[in-house]
Amino acid sequence: MNAIAGLPAKSFEVKPKLDESGTPIGELLEISMGPHHPSTHGVFRMDVVLDGETVVKLKPVFGYLHRNHEKIGENISYLASMPYTDRLDYFCSMTNNWAYALTVEKLAGLAVPERAEYIRVIMAELTRLQNHTCLIGFFVQDMGALGTPMMYAFREREKILDLFESVSGARMMCNYLRFGGVRVDVNDEWIAQAKQVVSAYSKFLDEFGAFLTENEIVLARTQFIGVMSSAQAVNASITGPMLRAAGVNYDLRKVDKYGIYSRFNFQVPVGEHGDIYDRYMVRVLEMRESIKILEQALRDIPAGPVMDRKSKLRGFRPKPGEVYGRVEGPKGELGFYLISDGSPNPYRYRVRPPSFINLTLLEDMCLGHRISDAVVILGSVDIVLGEVDR
Amino acid sequence: MIGEQIIKGMAVTAKNFFGSYVSKERLTTVQYPEEHLAQKENTRQFPFLVYDGDDWETGLRCVACQICEKECPPKCIYIVKSKDKKPDYKGQPQIYPVTFDIDISVCMSCQICVEVCPFESIKMDTKFELSTADRFGGLLLTRDKLAKPNTYYQAIHPQDAAESDAVIAGEKAKAEAKAKAAAEAKVKADAEVKAKAAAAAAVAPMPVPAPPTPPPAPQ
Repeated sequence: MNAIAGLPAKSFEVKPKLDESGTPIGELLEISMGPHHPSTHGVFRMDVVLDGETVVKLKPVFGYLHRNHEKIGENISYLASMPYTDRLDYFCSMTNNWAYALTVEKLAGLAVPERAEYIRVIMAELTRLQNHTCLIGFFVQDMGALGTPMMYAFREREKILDLFESVSGARMMCNYLRFGGVRVDVNDEWIAQAKQVVSAYSKFLDEFGAFLTENEIVLARTQFIGVMSSAQAVNASITGPMLRAAGVNYDLRKVDKYGIYSRFNFQVPVGEHGDIYDRYMVRVLEMRESIKILEQALRDIPAGPVMDRKSKLRGFRPKPGEVYGRVEGPKGELGFYLISDGSPNPYRYRVRPPSFINLTLLEDMCLGHRISDAVVILGSVDIVLGEVDR
Repeated sequence: MIGEQIIKGMAVTAKNFFGSYVSKERLTTVQYPEEHLAQKENTRQFPFLVYDGDDWETGLRCVACQICEKECPPKCIYIVKSKDKKPDYKGQPQIYPVTFDIDISVCMSCQICVEVCPFESIKMDTKFELSTADRFGGLLLTRDKLAKPNTYYQAIHPQDAAESDAVIAGEKAKAEAKAKAAAEAKVKADAEVKAKAAAAAAVAPMPVPAPPTPPPAPQ
């Protein structure tokens, strides 16, 4: 571990206890957590070597949910991959759709009408709100707060899912964006309803904050646990709230300014210590910023068409070329890499999943902590196995 | 004081607990099998085939073009084209699907078949209580189970159905206008042919100019 300024020096090397003659007392214990473990957020296994209760080695094992997404993508048309992207990270189908649509639009040179850009921003920020809310619920549950905070989180998420359902027809598998726009327009009634949800959301965040943020148990379980330094995070190409909690100011909404994000006034919260508590706080503050963006977008949304007229559903064949498109998903940088050979199917289809790459430092974060902390650290990474395994 | 924030947190829990007795905002549970939430206008579950008129077999809009079969991401649609033709809503002879199966255990309700269909014939249903004890036959919807009248579509998606009806009416009007134009053109062409024939007939009895008499051969 690199030393971080402001942190008490802590040894992460755990040596087994020795007796007088220098031989270790007891043995290391290797246990397999998962794949069916309630705290693993899906079918995910950790092979943990324990010295007493302390983690001395951890190996993440995954692939239980592998669905061959990338190869399927090469054998079906560009449009037919769109509903499959919903199923990558099933909490944030709208941002997955956006990443894929953005990439294909780059490839085919399609322009997105103004109103559609606004709708995309609104959907992406609503997705961020509900993803972070649920995540906090889950991860407090990992600490032992069974049920209650998660139910409050899910109650609020339901309001956003209702918005998604009334416009796209499905709560989670929205399949809403299309190359060159969005599938159906939103009406004024929907915008009024969204404004209501957004204005009520900050009240909920206040309540949730009072509930959790300064709670002594939460503080004791999260502060200075699972520390990741900024150098480590950058070297492992960690992205999203994990990276920002480690103190690196890097948000694709500010860096790439994709879509129309340059028009909105918002800030990027950055952590200081890179521990679990910072990851929690970065997400809470990000939700506040999302509410700001939503208020601006819902106020300024112009009238107009929602589809590029050049875009077509049947017989879509982009010209040969290769392209990488990325967006700032709630979990980090979600990228799609496509090679077109001019046929209706992509020649190569590759996903850069944020939660898979954010998992790479799991062992470094867990070493030297208790096994019950390993569960909370995994919760703070924010993984969805649909995206890790694809 | 240690524990102060925990008490504060418990106050939030208490607020939610007692609030659920008075505030509709906090009481969100719906007693599902007895109570149902109202469905959204755009809700989609599984596809069905629209037919016009009373008889599903003759009124089916599908012309077995197989575009949905090709575009379906999980390939859950199976179509067999007919050998013969039957008149469609425009009155033109069209092929129709002899077999049209959708395996709803494979279908992922993505609505792509609906979007790519050029004939407004496949639409999304809103029915969701479809569980069955028969895991193979029960989840394989054949043509007769898929066919539902246009009035049903109008009832579940009023807005979309109105748009789709307008498209169909437009197509029909266009086809009728075309047919009328074609008929007129035919009448005109017939008339022209008749006139030509008449003219030809009028021309025909005209005496053929006598061939010039050959000059007398020199003696």
